[in-house]
Amino acid sequence: MSTAGGVSTTAVERAVVDAHRREWAFVLAATARVAGDFDLAEECVQEAYVSALDAWARDGIPRKPGAWLTATAKRKALDVLRRERVFRTKLPLLVEREGAEMDEADEDAVPDDRLRLVFTCCHPALAQEAQVALTMRLVCGISTGDIAKAFLVSEHTMAARLTRAKKKISAARIPYRVPGASELPERLDAVLTVIHLLYTTGHTAPSGTDLVRADLVDRALSLTRMLLSLMPDEPEVRGLLALLLVTDARRATRTDPAGRLLVLEEQDRTAWDRAAIEEGRRLVVGAFRTGRVGRYALQAAIASLHAEAESYADTDWRQVLGLYDELLKVWPSPVVALNRTVALSMVRGPQAALDELELLARDDRLAGYRYLPAIRADLLRRLGRHDEAAAAYRAALDLTDNAAEREFLAARLAAAVDSGSGRSSGG
Amino acid sequence: MAQYGILIYSPAPADPTDLPPDYLELLDRYPAQVEELGGRIVTGFALQPSTTATTIRGGVVTDGPFVEVKEVVAGFFVLEAPDLDVALRIAKLNPATRNGAVEVRPLFVPPAE
Repeated sequence: MSTAGGVSTTAVERAVVDAHRREWAFVLAATARVAGDFDLAEECVQEAYVSALDAWARDGIPRKPGAWLTATAKRKALDVLRRERVFRTKLPLLVEREGAEMDEADEDAVPDDRLRLVFTCCHPALAQEAQVALTMRLVCGISTGDIAKAFLVSEHTMAARLTRAKKKISAARIPYRVPGASELPERLDAVLTVIHLLYTTGHTAPSGTDLVRADLVDRALSLTRMLLSLMPDEPEVRGLLALLLVTDARRATRTDPAGRLLVLEEQDRTAWDRAAIEEGRRLVVGAFRTGRVGRYALQAAIASLHAEAESYADTDWRQVLGLYDELLKVWPSPVVALNRTVALSMVRGPQAALDELELLARDDRLAGYRYLPAIRADLLRRLGRHDEAAAAYRAALDLTDNAAEREFLAARLAAAVDSGSGRSSGG
Repeated sequence: MAQYGILIYSPAPADPTDLPPDYLELLDRYPAQVEELGGRIVTGFALQPSTTATTIRGGVVTDGPFVEVKEVVAGFFVLEAPDLDVALRIAKLNPATRNGAVEVRPLFVPPAE
């Protein structure tokens, strides 16, 4: 191991990698404001990280790596701008509109550049897939190749998607700012949706390598933590962090050692991450205390009730059902209504739930949704209507690609066929 | 300030003499709302109904708009606004969004050499 200036190469490399993970968003967000252009900002930030390797080995690791990197990247951006002044002045730049006529009072409230970056990446004028890609690249600093792998597209496709989105930001002058109070709830919802999508992409793993997927989950969690540190008073940010924590607390128990999917009822509750569940619970309580609960806080509350119950049967299903009723009010989605039938079956029995489910099945938006036949099958199974249950399990299998889920459904199908017409007709 | 082309799409044939009174009333109020939101209409035009359009493709001249669709371009204006957020706020208030659509496109400014 070589040393220079008393700092070992490995220590410097470790510090740079660490700063990349922790400080990327901070450095890029501040540099973008000076550069007025995301491409130039990215370039300068990359260069700053590269020059850190030499500079830190020579002069020692700075006390505030983020500040060092930001100063270096900004200086590089200013150099480029000076060199290319004539050319660059003709290019559209990121618009800040600080102290402009609209919402000026609210804009002072959140001065951190990282928030501007997040809100610009998740601007509603960008397609959602572009929002997700930009957030991963610009906010998380994930390489284009890794983003492409996570979303199962070629690196070329992902690079084109990112370029198109950045071009739209500058050509259409999507402003580099945090929206004012009047727009904040809607715009924040778009940000939370992107982070949640990042998480579920990692969590549900339709396919792809495990490693990349686990990283997505961690990135989503740290992104939400960053957002919460920047917007500590937003109950929905707390709600999302709580939801991710409590859901992730069960990560290790979602499959058995053979990779077979375990439903909530079968999971080993003693192996759940109690610290994460407790942190989630505190966040939910905090969110509810504000009196402004939205869909993420409500979903987190439901997840918390599950996480805290001694067993599936001991779950406070009445309260779960009540929370689903509230959730439907703020988020009238057919998927929420469908999930509510599971709680309904535990409070009022499988027949009441099945009646409700058949009403929901008329909604075209649920056509092709694999959990509709899966839940129908389970309710029929519990009612002892095994032949109908078997048919519903087959329908669910037709719609499911995930190997672990297919195996689960196939096992249930086999059990239903076993208990079906052959046996029950005799009795 | 940036300039945007605001394209107004309305149900065919988008005859400006056929606009209902309540639409005209909203249209009357529109310029004041644009100013209030921080924008400025540089220039704008309504078009005659799409039944008066003639399309040339290659060397072939045909009667009507260039594609047969339910909605046609009814008019357009050039809007000056500080950024896309302001432009979108202004576009959202246009009465054409009720039964048609409004497209916001930045104007192309050729780079200096």
